[in-house]
Amino acid sequence: MSGDLDQVWRLEAGRVLATLIRLTGDFDLAEEALQDAFAAAAEQWPCRGPPASTTAWLVGVGRRKAIDRLRRRSLISRKQPDLEIEAAIERQIAPWPEGDEAFGDDMLRLIFTCCHPALGLDAQVALILNTLCGLSVEATARAFLAHKETMAQRLVRAKRKIRLAGIPYETPGPDRLEERVEGVLAAIYLVFNEGYAASSGPDLMRADLCREAIRLARLLADLLPGRAAIEGLLALMLLHDSRRLARVSAEGDIILLEDQDRGLWDQAQISEGLALVDRALRVPGYPSPYAVQAAIAALHARARRHDATDWRQIAGLYEVLARLLPSPVVELNRAIAISMVDGPARALALLDALTARGGLDLYHLLPAARAEMLSRLGRREEAIDACRAALAAVRLEPERRLLTRRLAALSD
Amino acid sequence: MQYLLLIYSNEAEFSALPEAELRAISEDYGAFTQSIIASGAFKAGDRLEWASMATTVRVRDGKTSITDGPFAETREQLGGYYMIEAKDLDEATAIAVRVPGAKYGSIEVRPIFAMP
Repeated sequence: MSGDLDQVWRLEAGRVLATLIRLTGDFDLAEEALQDAFAAAAEQWPCRGPPASTTAWLVGVGRRKAIDRLRRRSLISRKQPDLEIEAAIERQIAPWPEGDEAFGDDMLRLIFTCCHPALGLDAQVALILNTLCGLSVEATARAFLAHKETMAQRLVRAKRKIRLAGIPYETPGPDRLEERVEGVLAAIYLVFNEGYAASSGPDLMRADLCREAIRLARLLADLLPGRAAIEGLLALMLLHDSRRLARVSAEGDIILLEDQDRGLWDQAQISEGLALVDRALRVPGYPSPYAVQAAIAALHARARRHDATDWRQIAGLYEVLARLLPSPVVELNRAIAISMVDGPARALALLDALTARGGLDLYHLLPAARAEMLSRLGRREEAIDACRAALAAVRLEPERRLLTRRLAALSD
Repeated sequence: MQYLLLIYSNEAEFSALPEAELRAISEDYGAFTQSIIASGAFKAGDRLEWASMATTVRVRDGKTSITDGPFAETREQLGGYYMIEAKDLDEATAIAVRVPGAKYGSIEVRPIFAMP
């Protein structure tokens, strides 16, 4: 595919596919028709120039290609007379009258179908990347450090479940919309987090996954405007991602927030994120946990220097978050914020209570935070022990190097 | 008395069987079904879709959870069934949510196998 068409694919594949699935009622046929339509574009656009509406052109051609495919299949099996074949095709493939360009509605249908709760989270995320974002099976597999065959099988299974279990190709009705939006956001956030802090492997971040997650949240915010949870999540991701360039050194080592060159932070993304946080927090009712997390990220983004960070307000927001969304990870972050306001002794007591409660045994950041507090309190031997415990639990290579450097500094 | 005959099998082993053997099993089932129809014992019976096509519905504290797969807890035993007609999975789970047992146990929603 040429560079230009590559670009069209990135922008249009999901949208064209979404409408083709509605028209054909068949995921696999729609995907084949999508490939056919792009092959036709590769042939025709270079000499005739691209059409005025690329989406409409691709949908129109794709629909005709789907009909061709059904016709060829029936002719090969030759079980029915031609007239019956044509009638069957007409029943299966919905008409597409001129001017029917409800691409946004179809995109929502596809989003809600890919994130249906009857599909496991790993299947949802695979469908999001492959179907909505137009990533190839290889690229989707790479995103999850899985084998291509494993990913291909996961996608086949997911599509089979959509078909055989009768998962509808519909945007849920108002009575179910709220909970289903929550499910979609959880899946998008999972894609982002895998990109922002990979759960394992050689690299800390995979920027492509972060970009895809942000693109989807933007799309969702456009299609379902005025929802605090969607705007909150979009803001959260924009603000976190704005620090991408400052988070890692040229050698791939982690640079902690306090040591980052804030001049490298993406100011355009920050202002977009800040505006969204303000809007999301103004929506009446309980604040969305995403909006609260975004508000915390906003306080970091607003601080010109690390020592200008408003830790008191951050600690307060973590307290709000702990009520909305009780979790030991939130408690851990609250303890760190409290250490910046009230000092390490109070934070250490909170962390010790958290350790005693259990539930974070496989999470290296808890012993790492204890090591930090113990070291600030001058309790070096205990700090070394905690640092070793963190090293035993860490799975990501750059984080292992960071902890190794800290251990060396403590042992000096 | 009426009885429900529940058929358990190992899906992985079953789906690995060669085509000819599957056909033979299917013929066995056909013959068996015919024999109990003839004897008058037959009330109803269907093959189910694979367990991976199942969706589990639970209601706790008024909140509905819909999850992938057949996840009956090991301390839960099969206690009853309904066969329903629904336009799609969402309609089926909306009915499953209203089964009283959804509040203390779990309701597995499994499609009936559609004969090709």
